[in-house]
Amino acid sequence: MGVSRRNFIKLSGGTVLVASLGVNLDPAKAYARELRIKNAKQTTTVCPYCSVGCGLIVYAENGKVINTEGDPDHPINEGALCSKGASVMQLLDHKSRVSKPLYREPGAESWKEVEWDWALDRIARLVKDTRDKSFKTVTKTKVKEKQADGTEIEVEKEFVVNRTDKIAHVGSAALDNEECYILQKLIRSWGLVYVEHQARI
Amino acid sequence: MTNHWIDLKNSDVILAMGSNPASNHPISMKWIMRAREKGAKLISVDPRFTQTSAKADLYAPLRSGTDIAFLGGMINYILTNNLFFKEYVVNYTNASFLVNVDYKGPADLDGLFSGYTLETKKYDKASWAFQKDENGISLKDPTLEDPNCVFQLLKKHYLRYTPEMVTDITGTPLDKLLEVYKLFGSTGTPDRVGTECYAMGWTQHTVGTQNIRAMTIIQMLLGNIGVAGGGINALRGESNVQGSTDHGILFHILPGYNPVPNASLVDLAAYIEKNTPTTKETRSVNWWSNRGKYITSYLKAVYGTAATKENDFGYSWMPKLDVGMNASWLMIFDKMYKGDFDGFFAWGQNPACSGANSNKTRMAMTKLKWLVNVNLFDNETASFWRGPGLNPKDIQTEVFMLPCCSSMEKEGSISNSGRWAQWRYKAIEPIGQALPDAEIVNELYFKVRELYKKEGGAYPDPIVNLSWDYGTQDAAGKVKHVDTHAIAKEINGYFLEDVYDTKVDPPKLIGKKGDLVTSFPSLQADGSTSSGNWLYCNSYIMKDGKPTNMMARRGKDDPTGLGLFPGWTWAWPVNRRIIYNRASVDLQGQPWDPKRPLLKWNATKLAANGKPGVWEGDIPDGPAPPMGTDGKLPFIMKPDGVASIFGAGLMEGPFPEHYEALECPLENNAMSKQRINPTIKIFGDKMDVSFSCDARYPFVCTTYRVSEHWQTGCMTRHCSWLLEMQPQNFVEMSFELAKELGMSNGEAVVVSSGRGEVKAVAMVSERFKPFKIMNSTVHQVGLPWHFGWQFPEDGSGYDSANLLTPNVGDANTMIPETKAFMVNVRKA
Repeated sequence: MGVSRRNFIKLSGGTVLVASLGVNLDPAKAYARELRIKNAKQTTTVCPYCSVGCGLIVYAENGKVINTEGDPDHPINEGALCSKGASVMQLLDHKSRVSKPLYREPGAESWKEVEWDWALDRIARLVKDTRDKSFKTVTKTKVKEKQADGTEIEVEKEFVVNRTDKIAHVGSAALDNEECYILQKLIRSWGLVYVEHQARI
Repeated sequence: MTNHWIDLKNSDVILAMGSNPASNHPISMKWIMRAREKGAKLISVDPRFTQTSAKADLYAPLRSGTDIAFLGGMINYILTNNLFFKEYVVNYTNASFLVNVDYKGPADLDGLFSGYTLETKKYDKASWAFQKDENGISLKDPTLEDPNCVFQLLKKHYLRYTPEMVTDITGTPLDKLLEVYKLFGSTGTPDRVGTECYAMGWTQHTVGTQNIRAMTIIQMLLGNIGVAGGGINALRGESNVQGSTDHGILFHILPGYNPVPNASLVDLAAYIEKNTPTTKETRSVNWWSNRGKYITSYLKAVYGTAATKENDFGYSWMPKLDVGMNASWLMIFDKMYKGDFDGFFAWGQNPACSGANSNKTRMAMTKLKWLVNVNLFDNETASFWRGPGLNPKDIQTEVFMLPCCSSMEKEGSISNSGRWAQWRYKAIEPIGQALPDAEIVNELYFKVRELYKKEGGAYPDPIVNLSWDYGTQDAAGKVKHVDTHAIAKEINGYFLEDVYDTKVDPPKLIGKKGDLVTSFPSLQADGSTSSGNWLYCNSYIMKDGKPTNMMARRGKDDPTGLGLFPGWTWAWPVNRRIIYNRASVDLQGQPWDPKRPLLKWNATKLAANGKPGVWEGDIPDGPAPPMGTDGKLPFIMKPDGVASIFGAGLMEGPFPEHYEALECPLENNAMSKQRINPTIKIFGDKMDVSFSCDARYPFVCTTYRVSEHWQTGCMTRHCSWLLEMQPQNFVEMSFELAKELGMSNGEAVVVSSGRGEVKAVAMVSERFKPFKIMNSTVHQVGLPWHFGWQFPEDGSGYDSANLLTPNVGDANTMIPETKAFMVNVRKA
């Protein structure tokens, strides 16, 4: 943008001065706004940060988001946003966003970029090998069992468990409901029971 | 939340304790301030004078970890001054129930309840049971005078929590304490209502569950549950942590709060029997009696046509826990640290900074053979192998960093704290090669399934029998791209056959084969319906013959004027906006407070079945007529039908009792000989150390958040606007402590605990004041936990506050105690 913080303060101070002289800037502001988002596609979304669930409008043009703002129709935030909600645009098109899968070999000192197919094939292989090697069909557990005379004694019995204890999973409250549902469906189909996420911490 | 965000405007007294909404849920303040404009009072109780305190009518400090003492004193105050709402308490809670005569509490047993065994650190809860009559119904004394009734036991238990005793423990000035009690206690009349907002300030303690229960008891005594402007409201920390919990990404629950099966439940019938509560109370709805319908419909959703009556609907394909097995967060990292895991997925989460005792978490990851991290940004978890103090060459873990896309690059729903499931739309294509998480899940499903189909392997049945009908398939049968709507519909559920109501003659068609189920009362236990999550049944339904996404609605009508907005998106369950709302009316079905009529029984209006009598207002907790006629009890999820002032299911006792945090500044608990919660699990490795009353760690410490960052900062530290406002870790301390330590504002310091240390900038302010605890001075400090070594890359943000926190958990939930521990602060 080329506007330093100091310049920005100067500029906004200038605006206050003009306004105080009685010059009405509203038409100019409205025109400027119209220009910026005139041809943009509007979609609504909900803020990805805290759990208040504030509504936002996202303006996109030529496949790029050009503006985001609080959704004035949303009954919870009525167009208002906090500092995080007002910054969601910075999550997009960001130089720090990882744009290709990264891989780090055992003992390596840096990442290298890899193809999706390669990474997913390798992960699938690791999941299968780990699962196959560690799969528990049964475990032995001590349980209380009623005897003929009505008393209870502790006995060790074998029970079917069909699980692996060698893979754990955490996450995520950052996913959509539909994603959470198929994610838990997937990892439980592999036999994972060490499954947790943000709600526990 | 029992209520929802906008409903805060309906309150007369808002207590923010265990939370700091102005900083952490900023837009909620809009509704708190709207209540204040109408004359409501805001109370802030917090160890630190927060941004919420700055807007409050009344602020009271307390030492971290002493909330039960504070709240126990309030219970005592309410009972002693007769401020409770008697009609509500007698009819809608278990206050009148008679407890087993063998029951004894901490007043008798010096801090313990009856039934404790030291060796196992567990209670035998037999003496906590209710007395029953010959029909198995709990004995009651509606006069509340029997010495063994819950009400009298409650009174006896909290009589010990005198204001003087409380201030000795909490350090709260006596006048402030009494002001809080008086103000909040004023909401026990039918025409006044108070609400409580809590967050991690209450959950992250070894007594977290009991912190919340103590407040719930207060809300029940004051008749503040189920009413507009009331409730006990968890301000949850993440945009979809409500939804991800609802959908069972936890070791102990499947979607819809159905328990994960354990090994002793050998078939579906055993599972249903064990997990379906029964009651002899004829007026109890006992909603969980529907368990069989929900779990069977879940299995039908997961395994589709492969789930049949003959194979027990695929029950044996589900992985089972051992009896009593705990596979929660702290256990995972303890096992990982011991080298018990080969593989690990950290999906949309950054445990290297978010888990308690981060040094242990980070060391644990070095023992893995492989780790998959899915995130928008590289983070301290993905890059753990190049973290502080580690030599990458020594770490033999294979690591994958898979880029997922942001919420604006895909579509789907998330559920806010008020249980509103709201649909989000895709604005743009994913950035770079990032993929929606759903696509990554889809790819992994088919790749692993393919390997099993090709090679065979250990028990492929659960994998190959999974139903996965989420979009157009390619020639090989793989779903090319995931259609989120197909998943949303599966979660809602389908009629898999024509389903009839056979209770009427002739049987009436409820649903046509292939249609979406309208709401969960239609779900069946015989395999004729599916529903991935019964709680979300009604979120995607047939309207005018077309599938309709209720979560995408944008209706702005507010017929009650209470801000329920029933046409805006959709809330679980069945679009009910305030749960337990049947407790908002008297026995005749008329609102306790006619100014805030959440529900009202209209006896003359004809219902859909042609009979007179309908509920008007919110979606009621069931259609039964008022209690005073032949109605049902209001707390429909409880087998007794009433709210539990006496909670016999808890690990550490049926009433909350004050215990000190695992790490605390006191040799003794002023209440009893029992210093800490007697039922917590303490890990025993050298990395699990804790230090109480140790001169090396003399200051109480807590962690918190700031508005500009979110959680570990992974999604905010990269946003330059936010990082500029909050660039680095700081530790807040009082002027008095700074003077003692010779530190000045802005100076770089080191905060250390028995488990680790972290750099921070000293922030010296009046927000912390030294506490007077009995006759000594106790200092408290606090720091945010948003920072990490990986970004900013120059290390200027410093590292995570969780390097300091202890990995000890609440006795019921195992949520770590990251809000009360001991540290030292020294010059850097």
